Amino acid sequence: MTETTYTASRATVAGPQRPPGKARRTGRGARHPEGRTPRGRSWRHSPLQRMTPWLFLAAPLALLITFTYVPVASMVSYSFTDWDGVSPDRNATGVDNYVQIFTRPELFRVFFVSGYYLAASVLQIAVALYFATVLSFDLRFRNFFKGILFFPYLINGVAIGFVFLYFFQDGGTLDSVLARLGVGTDHAWLGDPTSANVSLAGVSVWRFTGLNFVLFLGAIQSIPGELYEAAELDGAGKWQQFRHIIAPSIRPVLSLSIILAISGSLSVFEIPYIMTGGATGTSTFVIQTVKLAFQFNKTGLASAAAVVLLAIILLITWIQRRLVPDDKVDLV
Amino acid sequence: MTPDPTAAQAVPAGSPAGSPPGASAGSPAGPTAPAPVRAPAPAGRRRFPVGTALTYVSLLAATAVVLLPLAVVLLTSLKTSEEVADGNALTLPGDWLNLDNYVTAFTDGHMPAAFGNTAFILFFSIGGTVVIGSMTAYAIDRFEFRAKKLVMALFLVATLVPSVTTQVATFQIVNGFELVDTRWAPILLYMGTDIVSVYIFLQFIRGIPVSLDEAARLDGANSLTIYRKIIFPLLKPAVATVVIIKGITTYNDFYIPFLYLHSEDLGTISTALFRFKGPFGAHWEAISAGAILVIIPTLVVFLLLQRWIYNGFAQGATK
Repeated sequence: MTETTYTASRATVAGPQRPPGKARRTGRGARHPEGRTPRGRSWRHSPLQRMTPWLFLAAPLALLITFTYVPVASMVSYSFTDWDGVSPDRNATGVDNYVQIFTRPELFRVFFVSGYYLAASVLQIAVALYFATVLSFDLRFRNFFKGILFFPYLINGVAIGFVFLYFFQDGGTLDSVLARLGVGTDHAWLGDPTSANVSLAGVSVWRFTGLNFVLFLGAIQSIPGELYEAAELDGAGKWQQFRHIIAPSIRPVLSLSIILAISGSLSVFEIPYIMTGGATGTSTFVIQTVKLAFQFNKTGLASAAAVVLLAIILLITWIQRRLVPDDKVDLV
Repeated sequence: MTPDPTAAQAVPAGSPAGSPPGASAGSPAGPTAPAPVRAPAPAGRRRFPVGTALTYVSLLAATAVVLLPLAVVLLTSLKTSEEVADGNALTLPGDWLNLDNYVTAFTDGHMPAAFGNTAFILFFSIGGTVVIGSMTAYAIDRFEFRAKKLVMALFLVATLVPSVTTQVATFQIVNGFELVDTRWAPILLYMGTDIVSVYIFLQFIRGIPVSLDEAARLDGANSLTIYRKIIFPLLKPAVATVVIIKGITTYNDFYIPFLYLHSEDLGTISTALFRFKGPFGAHWEAISAGAILVIIPTLVVFLLLQRWIYNGFAQGATK
């Protein structure tokens, strides 16, 4: 049985002295009936053997289909009805729900709220990129700063909501700090739509910068140090090093961050729901969908809204895959 | 990033010549200069003439922005309600050991039940995710079967469907199983919709030599034994990653328990804390204490497991 030790890699499936066990990986067609291991023969040709992968996959696939694919399918079918989510009967209404979403201003308005979060994520990515670049070099207290920048991402969303409700409330943290700095203000930060949305988007930057930061930092640190040294010998300055060494190597992570930012901006829920409940013009697409479905029992309309959101996110992902055909597509 | 799962861990071992990657390990940077920042090191990129000062200013500013809101809430949680009512937010509490608010939050806020429910949900959903994710990865990587491409496509496409969008219809399914308002609803959903962990296991299982399976197979082990006795024990680092990511995201999740657990005694820490909003209204000292109670376990876990957490989230997000 020493042959197995010669073939360290599974890639070597072909060859004259292929160990008997390797045949398994070459697929059903290539399997020879004269399996040389007496024990192997007993199970290899039984129907049980063909079933084996399915025994492992049964539970995962059942869960995947039940909780991902069936909901998507039923959501699409609900979206063409006026179902209220409870009563046994429902009427087909055609595309009426979709027409409502795009024509009733109060339903359509939530898309504009996403704009605040989208703008915030541009800031967030820039800040994260700056600190990742800075902290990829040797600094004192480097790990301390790294921890500080990342920690907000780990905090419970409800706790963050309360921390910032107190931060923005009248006489709260922000007002006190401004008063200390001599800028007395009695501005109600969550009082009007623009100010409230800017404040909430700011909280989102506070919360999520850490994730982008760690992703960028990981990408930058995987650059071999010799590259910087070579660049320096050639007289490249800091900016040129960033432009020609760091920037190209973080492109995949940057494109991933942009996708996360866009789909994240469209599906904001926790922060505005916890802090304002969607009041004063801060309702987002998901808050509105949840309210339609679970408070107003408009399951049909809510489903149509969810289908629209899903379609937008799939479209954006598809565009990104087309624009940045990177190696991540070979996941499977 | 490359899909190589070891990329993140391999970094500190990179070049020992004091390069930026080596810095995280500390000792590799040693030979060149004991104090790399200030020493006039030959490597010019270490010297930020004015830059160094500005860099530290920006880092300190970021630290203040991160810590100030949290610190104020910590201070508020130690104040009496009179102090909260008339002092401004930045004043210090009169008694630094005033834990009354924590007692209030703990007893009136149903926090013990909430921590119990969260622990219950964490235990089963993490256990289930680990078993399901590793089984899926084992089946996909180690077997050839007719519908393999289709199965892989099902898992791949599912990563694109954000679960927030489908809850409208998922709710009807969970309702059909009569699981709404039981702790099994979140457990099943956390288990069934976690495709990221499948990818983490898949990446890792590819690095385990097939010859190990072969050897065991020749000794008469069947597939289940190989999975249990050989593959699963070798997957430990991947299990650690999945447990950390899954644990933190489940602990923090608000959306699922909010939709599925309505009874007061079924609250998780997120929904229990959310319910502080009603009864405690303007009692910021109690709300602050509740928020701090929820943050402390996260802080402890973070301080203990920093390295794994960074790597885990970096892996989880890039998959």
